[in-house]
Amino acid sequence: MTISFHHHLRDGDYVVNMVMKEIHKLGIKDLTVCASSLGKAHDYLVPCIEDGTVTGISTSGIRDEIGEVVSKGKLKHPAVIRSHGGRARAIEDGTIKIDVAFIGASTSDVYGNASGKGGKSDTGVLSYADGDAKYANRVVVITDTIVASPNFPASIEGVDVDYVVKVDSIGDPAKIATGALRLTKDTRELNMAREVAKCMYHSGYFKDGFSFQTGAGGSSLATTVFLKDYMQQADIKCGWAMGGVTEPIVDLFKAGFVNKVLDDQSFDLAAVASAHQPGHFEISASQYANPFNKGAFVNQLNFVILGALEVDTDFNVNVVQGSNGVLRGAPGGHPDTAAGADVTIIVAPLIRSRMPTVRDRVTSITTPGESVDIIVTDYGVAVNPNRQDLLAAFKDTTIPLKTIEELRDLAYQYAGKPAPVEFDDQVVALVEYRDGTIIDTIRKPKHLN
Amino acid sequence: MQTIKQAVAGTVESSDAQVMILPQAGGLKITLDSSVYDQYGQHIIALIIETAQALGLDDALIKVVDKGALDCTIKARVETAYYRAIGQTTNLPWGCSKWQ
Repeated sequence: MTISFHHHLRDGDYVVNMVMKEIHKLGIKDLTVCASSLGKAHDYLVPCIEDGTVTGISTSGIRDEIGEVVSKGKLKHPAVIRSHGGRARAIEDGTIKIDVAFIGASTSDVYGNASGKGGKSDTGVLSYADGDAKYANRVVVITDTIVASPNFPASIEGVDVDYVVKVDSIGDPAKIATGALRLTKDTRELNMAREVAKCMYHSGYFKDGFSFQTGAGGSSLATTVFLKDYMQQADIKCGWAMGGVTEPIVDLFKAGFVNKVLDDQSFDLAAVASAHQPGHFEISASQYANPFNKGAFVNQLNFVILGALEVDTDFNVNVVQGSNGVLRGAPGGHPDTAAGADVTIIVAPLIRSRMPTVRDRVTSITTPGESVDIIVTDYGVAVNPNRQDLLAAFKDTTIPLKTIEELRDLAYQYAGKPAPVEFDDQVVALVEYRDGTIIDTIRKPKHLN
Repeated sequence: MQTIKQAVAGTVESSDAQVMILPQAGGLKITLDSSVYDQYGQHIIALIIETAQALGLDDALIKVVDKGALDCTIKARVETAYYRAIGQTTNLPWGCSKWQ
């Protein structure tokens, strides 16, 4: 049996643990949990994995305690790591058949018209639960705030909902949306952010009405500040920004530099508040990133700025597995946006606490190099040789161009070449590419024996 | 055999290493707790021994907690801990270590 959850309540989520504790009490075994993502708040899954209550997992994020227990091979079946677009696709094409969807919602009316807006635990949007509600056999809405009917606009429509359950609290609002994410003052991150904005400016795609998405990492966020300067300089405006919405994006939106915001997840309080404003639109995971529908917005992106744990000399990116082999990340929309955007920019420091980011081979592939165009590091910028147009556009600029091999050599020169991590034969996770093909397998690291 | 007292150098911040030297007879003994043990552990232990021996430190327990420090940092922390351990506060060989 497959049950599903979304992660809009983020680190403040009470719903997953609450439901799993009841299932545990009932003694139901052999469940597959299909979550849009998993994190710290979902640690009750660990004992459920250890005693066979949960034997399969489909998720984007796999980190902290859950990442460790899965890396150790305690989950009966290999976990399937799916991007946000990949999960939407898998639900729609029937790869995943959800038996019961448990959908935490900030507000709902008694018929299950449910929304991420209002209530005690405002998440702004409920984008990732859209497919669950439409395709699951049974849909359970869980809320702490019942409102008068009709609860419109409704992210989850009552016509799809079987049960509405009122609980005391669906989450801890302080951990659902973090307060103001402070913009970095780290010189290294600011310098990288400046180079990212410079690459965008010179790329040939920086035109009035352009679209972009940035991640929530330090350098990605800081890019928005430099972007504003370049927009002023070129006298252009951004047509729409998408994401993982954060305060810097909201600030650009309020100041009129961004016309529309497309929101599949609100990362902070400013984004949650903005989700209530005109011009800030909720989109479903499928609208955001599904490779097989007819109108995913990732395909209309001009730019995406993404992070990386590792990048190899073929421009493949790993954002799922630590260099020590332990699961500690999430594809999120990484492979989806990279495939869709005209210009995909990866920004990451060359070395993190001795671990070379740029290296011969990534520990596992999340996003294939063919969809990655530019790597911005603190020691230079490498452009994928497939993108001769960008290399030509950057030729007479101050962008510090290097080859990807030169970046790798620099990393190895400073840090030394890392000894390869040894793995057992046991496969603990499969990395599924957005189209459903398996792009890599993850094995149990020997040091966890 | 030098007379040394317990001494420490460095921090447990990311990209740093904390080196503690304790008096102990019977050769060099190293303990290493490193965030990059699997990839660089053996290399770091060899580096600590090489640095200690070049300083003439033959009998001691050296405890290192490494948070992903580069070689230059680890060497510098071992040297500093050593000079603190032998109580040398003047005529330090800045920028030109004995082991070079």
